Amino acid sequence: MKLTLKIWRQKNNSTPGKFESYQVQANEHMSFLEMLDVLNQDLIESGKDPVAFEHDCREGICGACGVVIDGQPHGLLKGTTTCQLHMRFFKDGDTVTIEPFRAQGFPVIKDLVVDRSSFDRIIQAGGFISVNTGQAQDGNAIPVEKEDSDASMDAAACIGCGACVAACPNASAMLFTSAKVSHLALLPQGEVENEKRVANMVKQMDLEGFGNCSNTYACEAECPKEISVENIARLNRLYFKSSLASE
Amino acid sequence: MSIKLDSKVPEGELSQKWMNYRSKMPLVAPNNKRRIEIIVVGTGLAGASAAATLGELGYKVKCFTFHDSPRRAHSIAAQGGINAAKNYQNDGDSVYRLFYDTIKGGDYRSREANVHRLAEVSTDIIDQCVAQGVPFAREYGGLLANRSFGGVQVSRTFYARGQTGQQLLLGAYQALSRQIASGAVQMYNRHEMHDLVVIDGKARGIIVRNLLTGKLERFAAHCVVLASGGYGNVYYLSTNAMGSNVSASWRAVKRGALMANPCYTQIHPTCIPVSGDYQSKLTLMSESLRNDGRVWVPKEMSDVEAIRNGSLRPEDLPEEKRDYYLERRYPAFGNLVPRDVASRAAKAACDEGKGVNKSGLAVFLDFADAIERYGKSEALKNGIKNPDKATITKLGEGVVEAKYGNLFEMYEKITGENPYKTPMMIYPAVHYTMGGLWVDYNLETNVSGLFALGECNFSDHGANRLGASALMQGLADGYFVIPYTIGTFLSKEIRTPAISTDHPAFASAENETRARLEKLINIKGKQTVEAFHRKLGLIMWEYCGMSRNAEGLKKAKKLLQDLRAEYWSDVLVPGEIDEFNPELDKAFRVADFMELGEMMVEDALNREESCGGHFREEYQTEDGEALRRDDEFTYVAAWEWNDNTDSILHKEPLVFENVELKTRSYK
Amino acid sequence: MSWFSQFLKSSIGKKLIMSLTGLFLVLFLVVHLSGNLQLLSDDGGESFNMYTKFMTSNPLIKTISYVTYFLILLHTIQGIMIWRQNRGARASRYAVSSTKHTTFASRNMGALGTIILIFLLLHMYQFWLQMKIDATEMVVYGDYEPVKDLYALVAVAFKQPLYVIIYVLSMIVIAFHLRHGFQSAFQTLGLNHIKYNGVIRFLGNAIAILIPLGFAFIPVFFYLFR
Repeated sequence: MKLTLKIWRQKNNSTPGKFESYQVQANEHMSFLEMLDVLNQDLIESGKDPVAFEHDCREGICGACGVVIDGQPHGLLKGTTTCQLHMRFFKDGDTVTIEPFRAQGFPVIKDLVVDRSSFDRIIQAGGFISVNTGQAQDGNAIPVEKEDSDASMDAAACIGCGACVAACPNASAMLFTSAKVSHLALLPQGEVENEKRVANMVKQMDLEGFGNCSNTYACEAECPKEISVENIARLNRLYFKSSLASE
Repeated sequence: MSIKLDSKVPEGELSQKWMNYRSKMPLVAPNNKRRIEIIVVGTGLAGASAAATLGELGYKVKCFTFHDSPRRAHSIAAQGGINAAKNYQNDGDSVYRLFYDTIKGGDYRSREANVHRLAEVSTDIIDQCVAQGVPFAREYGGLLANRSFGGVQVSRTFYARGQTGQQLLLGAYQALSRQIASGAVQMYNRHEMHDLVVIDGKARGIIVRNLLTGKLERFAAHCVVLASGGYGNVYYLSTNAMGSNVSASWRAVKRGALMANPCYTQIHPTCIPVSGDYQSKLTLMSESLRNDGRVWVPKEMSDVEAIRNGSLRPEDLPEEKRDYYLERRYPAFGNLVPRDVASRAAKAACDEGKGVNKSGLAVFLDFADAIERYGKSEALKNGIKNPDKATITKLGEGVVEAKYGNLFEMYEKITGENPYKTPMMIYPAVHYTMGGLWVDYNLETNVSGLFALGECNFSDHGANRLGASALMQGLADGYFVIPYTIGTFLSKEIRTPAISTDHPAFASAENETRARLEKLINIKGKQTVEAFHRKLGLIMWEYCGMSRNAEGLKKAKKLLQDLRAEYWSDVLVPGEIDEFNPELDKAFRVADFMELGEMMVEDALNREESCGGHFREEYQTEDGEALRRDDEFTYVAAWEWNDNTDSILHKEPLVFENVELKTRSYK
Repeated sequence: MSWFSQFLKSSIGKKLIMSLTGLFLVLFLVVHLSGNLQLLSDDGGESFNMYTKFMTSNPLIKTISYVTYFLILLHTIQGIMIWRQNRGARASRYAVSSTKHTTFASRNMGALGTIILIFLLLHMYQFWLQMKIDATEMVVYGDYEPVKDLYALVAVAFKQPLYVIIYVLSMIVIAFHLRHGFQSAFQTLGLNHIKYNGVIRFLGNAIAILIPLGFAFIPVFFYLFR
């Protein structure tokens, strides 16, 4: 199949970007990123600058890949990362617009590559349990209700790709932050530090320049791991408790 | 130059070695720890856990990853689980049994003392991870759940759905993040190690390239810890991530570290087959699928043809025309033979021409029987008498979905085929490399002050790794071994002042690095890095893949040398050095893979026996099983790189005092 | 109080203000509508005018009305600030943006709110201001003191087709604003529970339809039948 790609090209964060059009010959068995590989091989061989895009595991778990394809982060399929999207969902002659995740919290590095270190800083602000190696008691010493453990796992499945921010009309990072808060808050081991963790993580999230959540739920719809906005409600509750009720 | 390989395994009874050694180990006092600097390269399970723990202990740690975040390391992709000798299931597990299974699974090519230590600390890992908030699967009573995995008879695998690696890595990443926040660890994302700096025989720093700016930077420390993963990507197509590379280890090899057993590669039997020559990577389907899936190819060539050209649907081929070759060849273990055996059997079937996809490199993994079996028992449970076929299928699919739903979904996403209705197609793929930097009991390489952890060392899995043991090893090394053993080196360094990056060794390493990059980018040839990498992969897979022979290996060596020469005269790397340039990053890595490939071939040629992941066609039993030659090859082959001649072999004999060497049999 | 101002300045604190003020204004709308429905009683405006008198003279109600003005202002100002900040969080816009997974209302709360604000100003000018500057006639019912004849003012206004159209359209805008706002307020308050989400959603939709419908019915009724 022959496709026309409209790809955002931007040399670096201080240079304005623009769209450029490319033709690429793909086939339906390729993954979306393999289609971009083909384009890049062509570009390199013809002496042009290849399109920079981030990727690593190519099996939907590392969270490195992520571009906006025709207006949707990670493309049209639900519960799928960009690397898991295959070309059989496109038709011969299609024009596909590919843009980076756009948010002030994710400055563009080059083309489709953005800097998501703001997510690291949010985790560093409190997305952990303060336990040193060797301090742990026996793993079975604290029973955890299966439902809680499962809900915690649902939240912990977040791959930190940033699609929630990219999808949100306000570029809010609430789903990401709430997923980590929920993962830890739902476990007795993590509950101990809830109030401090929530306060610090929200503070950092606000500092990073993300927008405010207005409950459009675009994040949940585009999240490749289908993480629920229930987590955002939980974050809100914990934040009220932390801000208004803690000593 | 002669290198003496001293494994430094402590004296004493096997089960007491680690405890006694740990108790008598020299320590570094807290006031000194504050001054001592440690470089950690890599942030996977081993690197992140080591950096976090060393930071907690009070050392000044600098940690490096080429990724944009420590959380992207490829440990994240491990699916199945992590072993630990907890014996929570009361099924007779013990530290000794885990030790024994690992030694046996490794085909008696690993060091007893290291493996026993691994089994000992395995239980601490689970406790640590639970405390960190890893959401392991639980029973309704709230206690930890276990499942069983290939090659063992107990249930000792802890898991978090099909994302155990992810959850363990996030645990380590969070511990690391906590240390970054406290200032104990300085994190350098998007920084790739390009050289090791050795001063007076000791590893004292690294040269890194800032991948955002392309600038070379110098970092000094009292010692260097490598945790940079395996080298499966030498085959181009593997289940490794695209960025996984050997360069950090290989740069150490070029500075004198030895590479041990590089030919030991694990080929995983259940991966999604290659669909075309544009393919960039292979996707693993968890080993657990073989619990219920039956592997087969058609008996008749005419049926093979019909399936390939699409005129026959595999599900329509009658039972008697199918060859369930694993069940036929290994009646005792059937579809659950270890990974190496299953992989070779699939290759044998395809070599006979029975491969079922267009390229002839795929076999079926069929769940129809399982669906029917589960469907019937479900019907019975629900009190449905005389259920019809459709009801059975529906109920059975429900059970299979509950067990493997996410894997089936992943398969369908990639292939577009519905594995509930038609058998999956699978083929073996490179998955893990048991070989790696040679290390002693302290995890220190032969270069003083240079340590290697996790997949990038060779130490614990011998010639074949058991399922769910990679996560265990990475975390054991990082959380519970290196924090102690690093003291054996650092306790002698407490009078050493901070190392200066102005030392001439730094300048020359940086200059060499710059020269190498300049050379690469100035070749301006015709072929892309990717094209060379594919060629490299094809040679390695063809001659040094699932089965090897002397003739092929010799041929491969020549081919690799030619390819390397061609690379350095015809590669085309776009862009500049001093900028964000992913193609240059790749070019640097592929150059190292090429040299490593040669060493792998040399090792495979030298090892005239078949063991674990290394199968030499000349050394097999009459019925095609691996033939180990314990008298001659019970040693670790540690290779020294030489720019001008072949690599130089150093041997560390393996001494087995506690287990008897036996031939593995799964018949 | 630094902890409190810190809380109010946080993204979640700001949303809490929006949610609480919003829910209060929903209540206000309910009360307002119940009053307005007296316009429909066929007594030449007596019950409506008496009600107006009560609403503008009872000290408790007067206090509440000042609180309401304040909260409307707060809701507006906070809304504008959030809107500005959210726009700033994505300075570079998407060339193609998908609306597949979000509702029209949720994406456009700022715009809807702005229209409502304009309507509100018009509305206040038309009725509230006229009353305040004593531009209304006085009318006497029975033994009571004379009261302002707001009914007459309304009746005149609702005979103008342009005003009726503006009024009805504004009610549609309010419907959309309420439809997202009501359930969104609960989510912001952290009240998202699988057992109660259905009820909240139903209630939200019911309120979003019934309140504006009730308001819009009156001018249409006046225009056609009075």
